[in-house]
Formats: sequence, structure tokens, C-alpha cells
Amino acid sequence: MRKRGLLFALSLLLILATALAGCGTRETSAPNSSQPAINEGTGNTGGDQTLVFGRGSDSVGLDPANVTDGESMKVTHQIYDTLVQYNDEDTTVKPALATEWNVSEDGKVWTFKLREGVKFHDGTDFNADAVVFNFQRWMDKNHPYHHGDFEYYGYMFGGYPGIIEKVEKTGPYEVNITLKEPYAPFLQTLAMPAFAIASPEAIKKHGQDFFKNPVGTGPFIFKEWKKDDRIVLERNDNYWGEKAKIKTLIFRVIPDNAARFLELQAGTIDIMDGLNPEDVQNVKNNPDLQLILRPSMNVGYLAMNMDKKPFDNPKVRQAINHAINKQALIDAFYGGLAKPAKNPLPPTLWGYNDEIQDYEYNPEKAKALLAEAGYPNGFQTTLWAMPNPRPYMPQPQQIAQAIAADLAKVGIEAKIVSFEWGTYLEKTKNGEHDMALLGWTGDNGDPDNFLYVLLDKDNAVKGSAGNIAFYRSDELHEILIQAQRETDQKKREELYQKAQEIIHRDAPWVPLAHSTPPLAARAYVKNYVPHPTGSEALNKVDVQK
Amino acid sequence: MLRYIVKRLVWLIPVLIGVTFLAFLLLHLIPGDPAQVILGERATPEQLEQLREDLGLNDPFLVQYARFLGRVLSGDLGRSIHTHEQIAVELMERFPATLELALAAMFVATVVGVTAGVIAAVRPHSWFDHLSMTGALIGVSMPIFWLGLLVIWAFSVQLGWLPPSGRLSHGIQLETITGLHLVDSVLTANWPAFWDSLAHLLLPAVVLGTIPMAIIARMTRASMLEVLEQDYIRTARAKGLRRGAIIVRHALKNAFLPVLTVMGLQFGALLSGAVLTETIFSWPGIGRYVVNAILARDIPVVQGSILFIATLFVLINLVTDLLYKAIDPRIRLE
Amino acid sequence: MSMFAPIPHAHDSRTPAPASGPTPTRASGPWRDAASRLLRSKTACAGLAILALLLTAALFADVLAPYDPVHDADLYNRLQPPSAEHWLGTDAQGRDIFSRILHGARISLEIGLVSVGISLILGTLLGAVSGYFGGTVDLVIMRLIDILLAFPSILLAIAIVAILGPDLINAMIAIGIVGIPQFARIVRSSVLAVKEMEFVDAARAIGASDARILFRHILPNCLAPILVQTTLSIGTAILDAAGLSFLGLGAQPPQPEWGLMLKEGQSAFQTAVWVVTFPGLAILLTVLGFNLLGDGLRDALDPRLKR
Repeated sequence: MRKRGLLFALSLLLILATALAGCGTRETSAPNSSQPAINEGTGNTGGDQTLVFGRGSDSVGLDPANVTDGESMKVTHQIYDTLVQYNDEDTTVKPALATEWNVSEDGKVWTFKLREGVKFHDGTDFNADAVVFNFQRWMDKNHPYHHGDFEYYGYMFGGYPGIIEKVEKTGPYEVNITLKEPYAPFLQTLAMPAFAIASPEAIKKHGQDFFKNPVGTGPFIFKEWKKDDRIVLERNDNYWGEKAKIKTLIFRVIPDNAARFLELQAGTIDIMDGLNPEDVQNVKNNPDLQLILRPSMNVGYLAMNMDKKPFDNPKVRQAINHAINKQALIDAFYGGLAKPAKNPLPPTLWGYNDEIQDYEYNPEKAKALLAEAGYPNGFQTTLWAMPNPRPYMPQPQQIAQAIAADLAKVGIEAKIVSFEWGTYLEKTKNGEHDMALLGWTGDNGDPDNFLYVLLDKDNAVKGSAGNIAFYRSDELHEILIQAQRETDQKKREELYQKAQEIIHRDAPWVPLAHSTPPLAARAYVKNYVPHPTGSEALNKVDVQK
Repeated sequence: MLRYIVKRLVWLIPVLIGVTFLAFLLLHLIPGDPAQVILGERATPEQLEQLREDLGLNDPFLVQYARFLGRVLSGDLGRSIHTHEQIAVELMERFPATLELALAAMFVATVVGVTAGVIAAVRPHSWFDHLSMTGALIGVSMPIFWLGLLVIWAFSVQLGWLPPSGRLSHGIQLETITGLHLVDSVLTANWPAFWDSLAHLLLPAVVLGTIPMAIIARMTRASMLEVLEQDYIRTARAKGLRRGAIIVRHALKNAFLPVLTVMGLQFGALLSGAVLTETIFSWPGIGRYVVNAILARDIPVVQGSILFIATLFVLINLVTDLLYKAIDPRIRLE
Repeated sequence: MSMFAPIPHAHDSRTPAPASGPTPTRASGPWRDAASRLLRSKTACAGLAILALLLTAALFADVLAPYDPVHDADLYNRLQPPSAEHWLGTDAQGRDIFSRILHGARISLEIGLVSVGISLILGTLLGAVSGYFGGTVDLVIMRLIDILLAFPSILLAIAIVAILGPDLINAMIAIGIVGIPQFARIVRSSVLAVKEMEFVDAARAIGASDARILFRHILPNCLAPILVQTTLSIGTAILDAAGLSFLGLGAQPPQPEWGLMLKEGQSAFQTAVWVVTFPGLAILLTVLGFNLLGDGLRDALDPRLKR
């Protein structure tokens, strides 16, 4: 009896406490209050709702020009706008902070007309001066506010200043960007979240600390950042575009995938990425949850180092292609949420060659090919695996073990080797591996961004190889170079299809899978449209409890 | 006393220099470079070289170390090469979380450990003695990362009673004063935040406190048994003092000294050794921060935080020694 | 982890303790007494029983295990609950967990012996030299040990593994290095106590060399505390190695190491809790075995022994 009384008192206390919490916050959630509002579940049309996004690690920084990780981009995408932006579902470019643009005859001078009346979150005006300031900060190593590394600028534009010769203001709302040489993907590249326009005043004010005091023009305003815990954003009620449906957007860090999924089930977060493949079925079985699939623009592959024996022998490489059961891998370690890959290009990209017949799973054929190649009893080798999950391969260590088991069935004994991520990249670029797992996520939706980067002989240089199969085909090289110079889309498409045939024949890789990285969300989360590049603005997302 | 403290503090300097030097040396021996980690799959050789140059990674080892020491002496731990944030700021943001967890774990460990130890010693060979000492032995043998998974499975997955991760639910406001959530919520009379923080703290604190709890229980029992055999206890008993009074006022007070030493050592270990617990419970503390920095080759961060943790560790040991002296004036310090 | 080394536990200080402590020669008497006391202690016997089980598993895993721990994988039979066919269920690769645990016993014993071997040899050497010669040598060695101790041991182990590369052998080396200070301290204080004894003076008087005195006369008389510490350290080393493997810094797949099995099972533990339950239980039992034996040894060798 006494126990029950205690329980009653405790629950009373809890109810009281909850009620108090409600009162307290209702008082503080007046308009323009700096406190993030709390939804009490009674919100009518979702105008004051909160969305909590659970993810595996914290952002590195919130200065988009200065970060390379997806976790940072995910947040900066909400705070900032770029001059142009991608369509919601693909990589076609549409206006954003620039309303119109045109390019000169020789392809070198781009003129952008800027949107008028846009203000940064700190109240300063967005205009041509701001754009010029941002570009100069990125491209000029001697700029007083060039604090940081600006990796993406260097990578996409070839250094500092790279291919951009100058950026000038030609009117209060007009800028000219002059290139040293024509560069077809220029516009496409400007839509990447790294090239977002930040408030010059805020950059000047915060200097080195701008990364934690981000000010842009985007649909959400930065409120608070508790490191390794949460980032809180709030709706920008003066947004120039479609105003956000939700009032508060919180990104929470929960490193362990299983723990994050628990929080989702408990309803303490509303949406998450990095779902364990084992939990995919749990999401499907739970009526309160939904699965949202990000369209694939990636490939996970097994590269065979052709500089090493016996992988110089095409029969061995084909044998390995026949030995691996891709569908079983996908069912077990992608939760079924991937397509078996037969080409290096993801099927969502233009230029994809669907005519190609994959090497089917056939251990007998693999054994026969090995015997033909002079290895009737197989051989010993190493199989390298990444230490940590990547979007294109959620469980590399498990996948490596399953591949090793497949290979053992045809007589190949593969020892699994792993290094910490940075070392892994370094050593594979150096060609120290026999076979290695790796993958790639596309940046701007151009086949060149896959085929040339990953398989051209230009990139098979020890120490810096993107082509870690060290596959050196002159035949392929000629086609890829021709495709880079070609401006006619139709012809490029044909060239890339031909390129895939050559790659299929020479089999430098076992293309494994094109994953569709899953997000899991509460059923009441509406209009979440994931973008193939990995991050998206969440202004259209709604919470309808 | 003062002379002793000064002497100990002076001794601290060569030890800390040694620690930083060793940390620096270790990090230089580690293959792999931070530039590669930062740039990832896309790195070009030119970019890598450029970044290494910018980060000062191309300078000779001793030059880098000297630069670090110079900065530390001027009170600056430097900035992380990943986040560009000041390391002192990052440490201070995470330290309260670790401190709160360690304090809570130590609290659980002490209360349960000392109580169990005293009862076991007062009634040796009773069922309670056997049960609690068996429990303590299992406790010291516990892989706590496994225990963490199991309690999450039981209390969060199956029963749904307690949250599996984090420090505070998102809907709950809490003003930061000390950074210790329980303290802050009491100071601001914010009871929802208090209960919420407590719920979040419970599982990780019990898990982290398991091993110290077991050690303290065993130590208390052993030490109590010894004290209860002493002449003055017999005298007290002969004088007819009440049993409870004897145990608390005389025996426990004296038996507590070795327990205190153990607590000091354990507390230092908890502050730095909570890596696994922090990982499993997504606790935004210092252990995870340092391990991530080691894995990402963020040399300035590893350097700065090891200096911080080692200083803390050595200081806690000093404080333990001083407390020891304060409680028992018979002990001469060297 | 290793800083949580179990603390002396005067198991039953009411039992009358025979006068033991350093004895001038390695007479068989005290050791035989100790052995019989050990066998009379319930704690020690429980420990010995667990360790016998472990040893059997380690030695005869090939015969006892119903399946191959690595090669009998089947992706179409993964994460199955315990059944007559698979007593402890199957893991994410469809391998038999029971067979993997048996084979893991071998790995765990190896870890314990190799890493504690490293701490034992280096720690004893440093401690003995430090205690015997004293003066500057002592000062330098002990300051080095202080520096090692000021490092949080798990961080030190992680850093060492990061240098050497993630690998089981390297994890053993790291744990071995981290354990050096404990041995050095224990040996040093024992040596300090023993070296003042008469028989040492006698040996010196007949012109024995320092090395001879140290290794033939002093160290044999420090065996008791070293033996206890070794037993307890093996348990701790196994625990630490499992922790490193759990963080991905120890054993590598497809090795059936228990900590690695926990790491690999973690992603499935919500739906398949047996994947993490049994390897964890194996770690717990093994470490418990060594702790029980260590406690028993301590009581048997000298109930009054304190670190």
C-alpha cells in the first residue's frame, strides 16, 4: 500500500513538473523570442512544430566553404543559399540567389543577376558586394578572412584562385565572373552547398570564429550549438523563398546507430539517417515509422590491384567477378536497400549502359576461369576493408568477411586487412593492397566525375591514385578524354556507354552495389524529399502529428 | 603542509612536460596524416601538400613541439585542425558532461560500495557477506561496454523506462550555469529538466560506477575487518558503547582512509577512462572527443586534451593525499 | 580498464595467519603450505574450475566445436536464435556462435599470456633495477613510470595501437606496455624490503655480483606478490583487449575474438540479443576466473599481503 502511495506521489510530481514546463515555455515562446519553441502536441497546422534529426556525428563547422563532411553540409544547407540550386530530386540547376544568368560566346564570362530585397539573418543586405566578398575570400589566399582550408574550392576549381580569373561587381545586383578557360560544369558546381553566400559583416565580425556563428540567407536561422550534442535552428520568417513549415529544426548527435534507432522508436527524435540494415525490417513493420530512400548517386566496389599478381590476369579478375554473390550481400548488409552494380556508373546518371550483362554469380565458372588462368587450386591474397561505414557501404567489415567466404569457396584465401580511415585512403592510393573495398558518391551528376576519376590511367599514379585498381587502358583513356572535350550531350552519352563496355570486359573491379541510403522517420513527417547529393533544404518538410 | 603542496606542484611540471613530449612523440610515430583525413576520397596531391604546409605539419618534429610548448606557456592550447575551434573552448564544452557522469558514477559507487562493505564486515560469513562479495567479484570482472549494451536492451528497448542516449530531451530548456545539468536545474528550480537529466544520467552512471563500486565494497570490507580487530574498538565495546555508534563513529572513520585513496584513484580513472561508456550512451564527453581526435590525427587536440587530462589526474591524486592527511593527522607527508 | 585493477581483498583476515613473508631461501615448506591453503579456499577452487574450463576450450576447440568458426558462414542462415543445431545461435555472417566462443578462448588465453608477459618481464626488470640500485637510477626510472601513469591508460593503449596499426598482436603489445608501471612498482617495493635482509649482506660479503644477488637471491623472494599480480593482470588484460577490439583497434575480422564479436553484434543487438549476450558472458567468466584465482593466491601466499 505504501509503495502505491509513493508511486502516486511520484506521478503527481511528474505531471506537475510537465505542466510547469509547459507554462514556462509558453511564456518564452513569444514571437522573435530567441528560445526554440516546444511543441506540446497540440500545434494546429504545424506552424510551430519542431523536427529533430538524429545523426551519427557532429558537424565539423558551419562555414560551408570550409568543410568537406556531409554532417556539416546537412546543416549549412539550411542556413545558407547558393547562387543557383539543384532541383529537389535531381541535379538540374534552377535559380536561387541569382535569378538569371548568361555566359559569353567564348564561354569565359558568366554574368549573374542577383535577387533583390534579400537580407542576411543579421539584417544586412545581400547584394553584389556580398557575392564578390565571398568569392574573394575563397579564392585569394591573402584575403584577410581566408581563415581555413577552403578544400572544396580548390578541388572543384583547381587551386586558389584556380580557373576563376576575377569576380567583379557590374551593378548593385549584378556580378561578372571571368574564367581563365571555358568550364562546362561551372554552373552545376556553383549549386554545391560549399559555394553558399555568407554575410560579409558576420565574417568580419567573427573572424576565425565564424564557423560557429554562421549567418546566411537560408530558410533557417542558427540559434545554438552544443558540441557533440545538438545544433538548434529556427525558422527564418523573412525568407525570400518558400518559408519553412516547421518552427524549430534540431540536429542531434547519437553516434551509435542502434541507440539512434531506439530514440526514433521512442519518439524523442523524428527522423534519422544511418539506419542499421538489421533495423530496416523493424521500420517496415512499425506503422508509426516510415522509410525514406535517398536516390542513389554512388557506387561501392571491390578494386583489384592490377599492378600485383595474379590480378594482372583478366581471367582471374573475371573469376572473382563470378565468385561473389552480390544479391546475398545486399540482402544481408544493405537491408536489401541497394541495387546490385554491374557498371561503375549509378543507373540514375545519364550515360548509364543498361545493355551490359553482369558476370553472374557462378562459383563453378569462377573455378574454371581460375584453372584456365593457371590457378586451379586458387591462391592467397589480402582483402582490404574500410574501418567505418560509408554511405555507399554501410557495413564494410561484414561485407569483407562475406566476400572472403565467397572467395574461399572457389579456393581463394583472402586475409582481411583494415586500417584507420585516413591511413586506409593513403595506403590504397599508394597501391599497397591486393584487393580493396572502396566507393564513391558523385558531386555534380556528371559521368566524368565517376569514370575519369576512378578508372582513367591518368589517375592510376601511385601516391595519389583515384584509380586504385591501377587499371591503365589506353583505349578507355582516349574515349574519356574525347568525352571531356565533347560539348554535344548525345555524343558524350554514346562515348560513356562505350567506355562502360570496355570496363566491363577488362573487369578491373567487382562493382558491388548502388546503395539507396535509407532514412527512417516517424510517420507524421511529411514532404521529406532526399536529394541524391546527400543534403537538402528542409523548408518544405512538415510535421503533422 | 604548504611546503609539501608547493613541492608536489613543482614535481608536476617535469611529469607534465614528459607527458606532452610522449604524446607528441607518439602522434608523430602514427602513420597517416591529418590532411588525408580532412580531404578524404577526393584529395589531390597538390591539395594534400598545401594543407600540410598550412597546418605546419612539414616542420621538423622539435620545431612543432617547441611551438606547442610556447603556446601552452602563454595559456593557449591552440585550435583544432579539423574544426578550427579553440581547443580550450572545446574541452570546456565537453568537460562538464564527463565530470557530471564521473561524479554520479562515483556517488553510486561510494554509497552502494561502502554500505555493502560495512554490512559485510560487520556480519562476516553471513549470506549478505557472501552475496555482496560475490557480486563485487563479478563487478570487478565486468566488461562494462557489454553491461552497457545489456542495460540499454533491458531498460530502454524492452521496458522503455529510461532513455538510451544523450543528456537532455530536446523539448526541455535548461540554462547553463555550471554545465552540470543536475546542479543547473536545481539552481534554476527547473524540475522537469532535473528529472529528465536524472533519467538520462542513471544508466550510464550505474554502468560506469560498476567497477569502482565493486572495488570500494571489497576495500571497505577488508579495511573494516581490520579495524574491528583493533584494541580501541574492543575497548569501546568493553565500555559498553552501542554497536551502531562504534561502527559509525570509530570503525568506519578509521577504515575510510584506504577507501578514500581508492576513491581518488578511481575518480581520476573515471574522468579519463569513460571512453567506452561515453560511446555506448552517446554521452557528449571528453573521452569520446580525445579518441576521435586520435583516430582523426588531430594532433593539437590530442596534445591539448592529454595535457588537460593528465593535469587533472595528477591534481586529483594530490587532493586525495591532502584529504588523507586532513582526516588522519598521524600520517606524515614524506 | 587496466586502471580498475582489483584491489587487495583480505579474504578472511580472521583465519590465523602463519608467519610468512620473505624467507631467506626457497624452502619448499611455505610454498607447499600455500598450495594446500589454496586448494582449501573455495574462491580459488571456483577460479581454478573456470580456468580449467577455459583451458579445455582453448586446447580442444577444434574437436569440441561443432562448426568451423570462420568458414562455416551462411548468409541465408544469419542471426538465428539459439536452437538444437546452433546452441547459442548464429551471428551476422550466419556462423555458429558457440563454436566461435570456444575458439575465442584460445585467443583470450594468448592475449593474457603475451601481454602480461611483456608487462611482467619489463616491469620486473625496471622495478628490480630501480629498487636495487636506488639513487639516480631509481629517480629516473620512477619519474618515467610517473609519466606513464599520468597517461590515462586506455588512451595510451589506443595511441600505441594507432601507431602500430590495428591488429591483435599490436593490441597485446599496447596492453603489455600499459601494464609495466604496476609491476615495476610492486617489484621495486618488494626489492627494497628484501635487500636490507641479512642473507643479502651475506651474499655480498662472499663477493657475489650485483646481477647474481638481484636475480638469484632477491627476486626469488619477491615471487609471491609478482605471482598474485600476474594472475590478476591476465584478467585485466583480457578485459582491456576486448575493449580495444570493441573499438575496432584489436582483433580483426573474421577472428573469433570475444570483444570483436560484441562489436560486430552491436548493430543487431536489438533484434538478436544473443549475438552480444554470449561473448560478453564469456569475457565476464574468464576474467572472473583469473580474479578468483588471484584472490585465492593472495590469501594463500600471505593473508596479510597488501600492495
